[in-house]
Amino acid sequence: MKNVKLTFDLDNPSMKPSRDGYGDGLNDAAAKNPNVVAIGADITASTRVDWFVKEHPDSFYDLGIAEQNQMAFAAGMSLMGKVPFVCNYGVFLAGRAWDQIRTTVCYNNLNVKLGGAHGGISVGPDGATHQALEEISIMRCLPNMKVIVPADSWETRKATRAVAELDGPYYVRFGREKVPEITDESTPFEVGKAYCVQDGTDVALIACGVMVYHSMLAARELAKEGISAMVVNCHTIKPIDREAIVEAAKKTGAVVTAEEHQLMGGMGSAVSEVLSTEYPVPMQMVGVQDRFGQSGDPDELMNAYGLNAEEICKAAKRAIAMKK
Amino acid sequence: MAQNIDVQEAAAHCTLLRADLLRMLNAAGSGHPGGSLSCLDILYVLYNHVMKQDPKNPKWDGRDRFVLSKGHVNPALYVVLADLGYFPKSELMTLRKFGSILQGHPYMHKTPGLDVSSGSLGQGLSVAAGMAAAAKADGKPNRVYAMMGDGEQEEGEIWEAAMSAAHFKLDNLCGIVDHNHLQIDGNVEDVMNIEPIADKWRAFGWNVIGIDGHDYAQILDAFEKAQECKGKPTVIIAETVKGKGVSFMENQAGWHGAAPNDEQLKQALKELGQEG
Ligand SMILES: Cc1ncc(C[n+]2csc(CCOP(=O)(O)OP(=O)(O)O)c2C)c(N)n1
Ligand SMILES: [Mg+2]
Repeated sequence: MKNVKLTFDLDNPSMKPSRDGYGDGLNDAAAKNPNVVAIGADITASTRVDWFVKEHPDSFYDLGIAEQNQMAFAAGMSLMGKVPFVCNYGVFLAGRAWDQIRTTVCYNNLNVKLGGAHGGISVGPDGATHQALEEISIMRCLPNMKVIVPADSWETRKATRAVAELDGPYYVRFGREKVPEITDESTPFEVGKAYCVQDGTDVALIACGVMVYHSMLAARELAKEGISAMVVNCHTIKPIDREAIVEAAKKTGAVVTAEEHQLMGGMGSAVSEVLSTEYPVPMQMVGVQDRFGQSGDPDELMNAYGLNAEEICKAAKRAIAMKK
Repeated sequence: MAQNIDVQEAAAHCTLLRADLLRMLNAAGSGHPGGSLSCLDILYVLYNHVMKQDPKNPKWDGRDRFVLSKGHVNPALYVVLADLGYFPKSELMTLRKFGSILQGHPYMHKTPGLDVSSGSLGQGLSVAAGMAAAAKADGKPNRVYAMMGDGEQEEGEIWEAAMSAAHFKLDNLCGIVDHNHLQIDGNVEDVMNIEPIADKWRAFGWNVIGIDGHDYAQILDAFEKAQECKGKPTVIIAETVKGKGVSFMENQAGWHGAAPNDEQLKQALKELGQEG
């Protein structure tokens, strides 16, 4: 696994919503490939697809509030050689159109790119109906589908560019709220390759999305107590980087996963599927525990649902205590 | 223009295809004869007299596209494709068997000539609309056809697709409703009434053509009128008989999803004059 040195200020990171990276990434992709089209469903500005519409008005199709048609229409366009980016809030994109994604997009292995906006509980005041906490699990169980949860805006931009050039269906998840910009333009990004942002020997914190940042905060706290924590950015949840996960487990002997998603079926489940079959080590999982979200400020909600450095530290100690 | 189809010849040919269809379902031991027989004449005319295609080069970019939205009736499509040489006729007898290129519902990556897979009702018109929109965006002449069931009209997504196709003025798109008046649970009118179906399509901004779906001249004429219609998509609402051509299957909901046994096959082939 690659070691990548991140240079941002852990205490005072600059903040940006990851959805901004989606808007920029779409324009990058369209600049390289005129067949890129965006397929919307009346949620164009808040997904940043409007940035694409401004530059490529003729390549945008607004299907209105009709998510099933949005998905299968995009599938039809891909069959004619277009590279459709279907964007919507994750709950509606993955949930309402799941059968269309399964039978039309995935079964046919079509070149359709799903942009899942408003991922996670940090969506905030809109409440449970709009906080996507299940998409990773219902997307990653589909054959041919690949799933990416970038850590910040730059990584979302790179993921968006990358999937435009890869064949087949991809789901890229991003969020509404400003999150710490932990990577920059020069940070290497490769689909399917997790990378280590901090080395350690006692426990590995494997995270995706904004939880990579929280894991880095946790690692600093743990260091104060003499615990050496490795931090891994596992942005690609499918195909999961088995090698990197096993490497982290071998080196540290204890693993904690952290994600802004239900525990059932998410990134932590994917990691445990690898470890339980290839290299079992004590493991703890941080995530949403079989509950719906609710309204509140993003930070308030992250704390109320245990999605923070403090919970990661506790989980790390539990995992270490389980070592024989 | 409809005079350029030899009605006698078409009828004779479709009788042979019906016999093949029944033989393959009998060999498979399961499948959907009713809705296959009701749309067979339309598929025959579409593939033999309307669509641009090249059976030797099924992926030819310039071909017209076909979406079998009611995927369960793929036996009808399979006999038409085999007849045109997309794959050997001998494959028909492998329908629904392990390892067959002919899956129980259409799978594009196994069967030459299929433009997309289907089997989950309600999605096909959306896919076809997306194809038509892409062709239009690139200024390509491809036309796109989608075959739907009348029970399938109950799916909400069809009306989402209908709205979008009219909105984008997809006059290169032609839908067909196989109006055989039956679905699994019984009469469409009793299960969940879709009438007045022509008015609904008209209200959604479509050019609507009503025909007898077993009259070859009317079928061809409707496709030609669809091609001439500019500025909006066309839907052909075809009055048909479920199980058409086999007396004991006609208008029987029970023949939606049951294959004929040996005895029934014999009887059916006899009626079609194709025994032996
Ligand atoms: C989404 C979905 N729901 C249910 C089914 C099961 N199903 C298969 S055929 C059918 C009835 C179709 O009736 P109709 O559209 O009238 O077709 P036809 O009469 O031409 O056979 C049903 C409910 C399905 N294939 N897909
Ligand atoms: Mg019917």
